[in-house]
Amino acid sequence: MYQDIILDHYKNPHGRGLRDGDAEVHHVNPTCGDEITLRVKLDGTVLKDVSYEGQGCSISQASASVLNELLVGKELGDAQKIQEAFLELMQSKGQQEGDEEVLEDAIAFAGVSKYPARVKCALLSWMAWKDATAQALAGAPVKESA
Amino acid sequence: MIHTSRTLDVDAIRKDFPVLSRILPNGKPLIYLDNAATSQKPKQVLDALTAYYELHNANVHRGVHTLAEEATALYEGARDAVASFINAPSRDEVVFTKNASESLNLVANMLGWAEEPYKVDADSEIVITEMEHHSNIVPWQLLAQRTGAKLKWFGLTDDGRLDLSHIDEIITEKTKVVSFVLVSNILGTVNPVEAIVRRAQDVGALVVIDASQAAPHAVLDVQALEADFVAFTGHKMLAPTGIGVLWGRQELLEDLPPFLGGGEMIETVSMQSSTYAPAPHKFEAGTPPIAQAVGLGAAIEYLNGVGMDAIAAHEHAITEYALGRLQEVPDLRIIGPTTAQDRGAAISFTLGDIHPHDVGQVLDEQGIAVRVGHHCARPVCLRYGIPATTRASFYLYSTEAEVDALIDGLHHVRAFFG
Repeated sequence: MYQDIILDHYKNPHGRGLRDGDAEVHHVNPTCGDEITLRVKLDGTVLKDVSYEGQGCSISQASASVLNELLVGKELGDAQKIQEAFLELMQSKGQQEGDEEVLEDAIAFAGVSKYPARVKCALLSWMAWKDATAQALAGAPVKESA
Repeated sequence: MIHTSRTLDVDAIRKDFPVLSRILPNGKPLIYLDNAATSQKPKQVLDALTAYYELHNANVHRGVHTLAEEATALYEGARDAVASFINAPSRDEVVFTKNASESLNLVANMLGWAEEPYKVDADSEIVITEMEHHSNIVPWQLLAQRTGAKLKWFGLTDDGRLDLSHIDEIITEKTKVVSFVLVSNILGTVNPVEAIVRRAQDVGALVVIDASQAAPHAVLDVQALEADFVAFTGHKMLAPTGIGVLWGRQELLEDLPPFLGGGEMIETVSMQSSTYAPAPHKFEAGTPPIAQAVGLGAAIEYLNGVGMDAIAAHEHAITEYALGRLQEVPDLRIIGPTTAQDRGAAISFTLGDIHPHDVGQVLDEQGIAVRVGHHCARPVCLRYGIPATTRASFYLYSTEAEVDALIDGLHHVRAFFG
């Protein structure tokens, strides 16, 4: 379960820390107390930045780091496809290996999907990102017209 | 260094528990250190369950056939065993429930529906503590919300004990009920019953004690406690899940109203109204957990055979040994008392910045079962500024070799995430 990629991201997280954003969300995992505050910054239809701060287990922290590395700079449509692919992998109960073309480092989490108690840890930041992006998009037209 | 207990024949005891010789799917032998969550079951208890279902299974009370009489005798015999185990003045003071949570909810609901002088209303105060299990917080929050009563609590000291310095301001003339845990499931603290009971009695408040982490581990004498109600559960003391106990003083059980209505708890029923059976049956609506009660009776017989004093002495020695060894591990912080004095055999700790879920997972890879999280006592985690803890908890079959394996495991966890 603890792949080297996961431990690397845990020990050296990408993009950690809160920066300027269009929307901010705070998500918690009540079963273990993992928390994340996450901000999304858009530039038109491009995801300009995902910044985050939180506390939690290595799985949840590494997952946020992988998310940052994978999604920042992507077109929103492509980012959403990656998010959906990661969600599908995590819900696969160990039955899928994941498409490395799409998920890159995130395929390291395939083994986590075998542990029901830990799937939520891996998904915490991804669900927070989806929520924050929806909020940023909802607010976007106002800012563009301003 | 002593590696065998001077008080118990632990090797012989371990042979009674089939699961303790289990090899896990990863090839590691099981090291079970999650006893505060639930205990393992000896063959004697499993045999009693099997014998009940193979030979005596019937619904209890009122039946005239042989099996019904046998099942009733076994079920009521378990009540006798519990009454004797906790030194209850009367067997009629022992109410069977499904677990300690139900026992505590039962008391809260009795008091919510009671007449004066027990009635909890908008002028009343309810007192609990910050170290309660959620099962001794939420029922009182519900009662407070539904009646308008005020909920108050004792805070905690930095070393994991109750802060009783303001006891006279917390327990007042308005206090109707004081409910507190005898041994904390997360901190391991054994609480000073006498000081709290004395103050509660001075103001005429009822005292409820959650003995879930006490009954399995040492002599429990409800008369010596001088409480009004004592709640505990069977599955933490070698019995099956699904059986709990509420002990209450007889005059209270007679005066207080029933909570759940149904079969078995009545005297007569008409379409307009009913009268109720005397306690304890007044509080046992519906078919009770019969086999589970029989299992609890067998568990008590097993515990009595070993001796509760010997079990307490063994666990005290293991706890002392574990506390010492844990404190050798760098960056390990014990959450709760750091010495074995007035302390139970559940030890919570944090390990540097390594999240308890990661600690628990890597220990599991070595066959070591501990519990991680907030242990249904989230206010304690908030109090000490931590998201969660790792908890190792011991019982009569725990050995110093298992403590040593835990320590080795924790060094491995540190190396892994270091």
